[in-house]
Amino acid sequence: MTIQSNEKSLQTSETPLGRDDLARLVAKDIAPGSFVNLGIGQPTLVSNYLTEEQNITLHTENGMLGMGPEATGEEIDEDLINAGKIPVTELPGASYFHHADSFAIMRGGHLDICVLGAFQVSATGDLANWHTGAPGAIPAVGGAMDLATGAKDVFVMMTLLTREGASKIVDACTYPVTGVGCVTRVYTDKGVFLTGPDGVTVRETFGCTLDELQELIPVPLRAATAA
Amino acid sequence: MLTFVDSVQEAVAGIKDGSTVMIGGFGNAGQPFELIDALLECGATDLTVVNNNAGQGDQGLALLIKEGRVKKMICSFPRQSDSWHFDAKYKAGEIELELVPQGNLAERIRAAGAGIGGFFTPTGYGTMLAEGKETRFLDGKWQVFETPIHADVALIKALKADGKGNLVYRKTARNFGPIMAAAARHTIVQVSEIVPVGGLDPENVVTPGIYVNSIVKVAGNGSTAEKAA
Repeated sequence: MTIQSNEKSLQTSETPLGRDDLARLVAKDIAPGSFVNLGIGQPTLVSNYLTEEQNITLHTENGMLGMGPEATGEEIDEDLINAGKIPVTELPGASYFHHADSFAIMRGGHLDICVLGAFQVSATGDLANWHTGAPGAIPAVGGAMDLATGAKDVFVMMTLLTREGASKIVDACTYPVTGVGCVTRVYTDKGVFLTGPDGVTVRETFGCTLDELQELIPVPLRAATAA
Repeated sequence: MLTFVDSVQEAVAGIKDGSTVMIGGFGNAGQPFELIDALLECGATDLTVVNNNAGQGDQGLALLIKEGRVKKMICSFPRQSDSWHFDAKYKAGEIELELVPQGNLAERIRAAGAGIGGFFTPTGYGTMLAEGKETRFLDGKWQVFETPIHADVALIKALKADGKGNLVYRKTARNFGPIMAAAARHTIVQVSEIVPVGGLDPENVVTPGIYVNSIVKVAGNGSTAEKAA
């Protein structure tokens, strides 16, 4: 598998990507020196593939920059947790701040990238990832809306299809939206997609052709072209 | 006026039925368990509680909810794997929920402490959490009007206080403490250590004592890890 930057034309690989391969791909796409927030769940895997040379600083919205790996054994400290309430460690150069400052970091546009999971992404980058809208479901939003609207780039990691085989890239979200026009890239097991006001561009395909992807996805797809 | 009290019971004694109470903490980090236990014991009811969550497990805020003392929760993330007491009350229609995006929750609390009457933010625009709210197109973006959240009382946990009520916190347990201290009309703080005036480096004070009304020392730093040890 080769990693391609945005400016390249459409790339293909032989097989679909597993969760770890996808996390590795997202990690390689993060520019050196970036400030990044990784959402709960699949996006957390990205931290396993960030290299020291990249010099990435991780933000956790409960009030820390410079978050290190998950704490184990004696390192576990109940006063040092991440947004998923998992005990973590601090790296040299870390900083702590209160919640309003932490969200000002997102809302003020200071974070370079956030990586989030999603139920659906629309062709123009609307995100649905906080609420199924099912009757009786207890809604919980946390920082999802702040991350979606505040970070300079919003990357989504998800499987392309639901368990029932429906595309999660849609014309318009049917789940309640988290943010409007906020997603810039979607990383899936079958391809990488760029979303924006002009619709969906396919950057890479994994284990399928562009035509096969178009069969699965109900919005027009464009192949990336070399700049 | 700042007072140092001898017990958590004395610290919460003035909290009246129907009060709006901010409770610090994100998950268990920074949650003032001893003050919450005392609030439960004192019997105050019909409370509106502001916290990021709606209680975890069988302790702290979760017990206050279980015992029916909370009529309304203002929070961002009530549903968790161990939020069974809130879940039961919510499904039974016995508790009201105002769900607020976490950054709006923090900024609305901050606004109250800063005397700001409201603000516009892009967060939530176009979502069901902004339905019915005023919107404006500002700085090239659609933004939603949000109002401050005031409170009668804040219960927070800090690591240390000095004789002037200045506070320092510990790691991510800081979370909502500083902004809740400023937003509430009466701020009650539990700390693990009280040092004399001059015992904290002024450069390192996080919450200046002007925001603090009542301080009580509890054993240890109050963290769950320490209690379990």
